[in-house]
Amino acid sequence: MSAPVRPVLADLEVGQELFRRGYDVDRDRLVRYAGASGDFNPIHYNDRAAHDAGLPGVIAHGMATLGLAGAAVEAWAGDPGAVLDLGARFARPVVVPDPGAAAVEVVGTVGSVDVGAGSVRVDLTVTCAGVAVLTKARALVRLA
Amino acid sequence: MPEPSPRPTGVDPTLVGRSYAPTETYEVSRAKIAELAAATGADHPAHTDPDAAWALGHGDVVAPPTFAVVLAQRAEQAYVASPESGIDFARVVHAEERLTHHRPIVAGDRLRTTVHVDKILRRGALTLVTTRAEIADEADAPVSTVVSTLAVREGDMPEADG
Repeated sequence: MSAPVRPVLADLEVGQELFRRGYDVDRDRLVRYAGASGDFNPIHYNDRAAHDAGLPGVIAHGMATLGLAGAAVEAWAGDPGAVLDLGARFARPVVVPDPGAAAVEVVGTVGSVDVGAGSVRVDLTVTCAGVAVLTKARALVRLA
Repeated sequence: MPEPSPRPTGVDPTLVGRSYAPTETYEVSRAKIAELAAATGADHPAHTDPDAAWALGHGDVVAPPTFAVVLAQRAEQAYVASPESGIDFARVVHAEERLTHHRPIVAGDRLRTTVHVDKILRRGALTLVTTRAEIADEADAPVSTVVSTLAVREGDMPEADG
C-alpha cells in the first residue's frame, strides 16, 4: 500500500479549490460511528427518539459529519498527522433517511498560507442537499 | 430582556472556571483507530497499516483528527452528567467543536483528559456551555485540546440553531 503524494505549500494560492469529496451517510454509518465513538444518543439511530426530541428524523452525529470533513482534509494532505487543527459550528442537522442515505459534500479551498509556519488554512464548505450543515469549518494543515 | 419565572432545570452559571479531576488512563488501540476511521470515511492507509504510518514518521498507526473527541466526550460526562451542572441532556444539541493537536495521537498512547468549564452564556431560550478538554500523555505532555460548545434549550422552544 502506498501513501498519497503530499501537496507542497509553495504551490498553493488563496482561494484555490483543493479537493471535493462526496460521502453517503446512511443508518449503517451512524451505527458504526456510535460504536466507534461511544456516543449512543438514540436520536442518531432511533426514529421514535428523534421525533420525541423534536427532530424531523434520525440525524447524524455532528462529530460524524466533522469526521467526514477531516477525512477529506487528511486524504488531500497525505498524512493524518498533518492536521493540526480542525473545527466547525454545527449549523444544520444532517437528516438520515431509511432506506437511503444523505449525501454530504466536502469542498476544501485555501483560506490562507503561512510560509513561515509551514502551514495552510483550509476553508471547508460542507453541505447536504445544497444546504450548509457545518459553518465556520476550517482546518490548519502542516505542509513542507 | 426581562428574566421570566424560574425553571425546573437550568444550567448553573456559577460553575465557570471549575475543573474536573483527570479521567482514568485511556489506552489508544489500533482497533479503535480503525473503527473510527472506517466510520468517518477516513481511508488513509496510516490509520490501519503500521508500515504506512512509520513511513510518515509516526510511531504507530495514526488516529483521525476527530479521534480526540472520543476521549473528550467521555471526560465531559464528569461535568455534563453531574447533578450540579443543571444540564438536562435530553435538551442538548452539539453547537460547536474545535480540536487542536499538539502532536498526533497514535496507537499505544496512554492518555488522560482533564475537563475545564470555560464559558456559560445565556442567549434567549438557549444556554451555550463551553468546555475544554486537555488531553495529555503519560509524561503529562499536552497531546490535544478539545473545545466543545453544547446548546441547552431551557425554554419551551422546540428548535433552535446552534
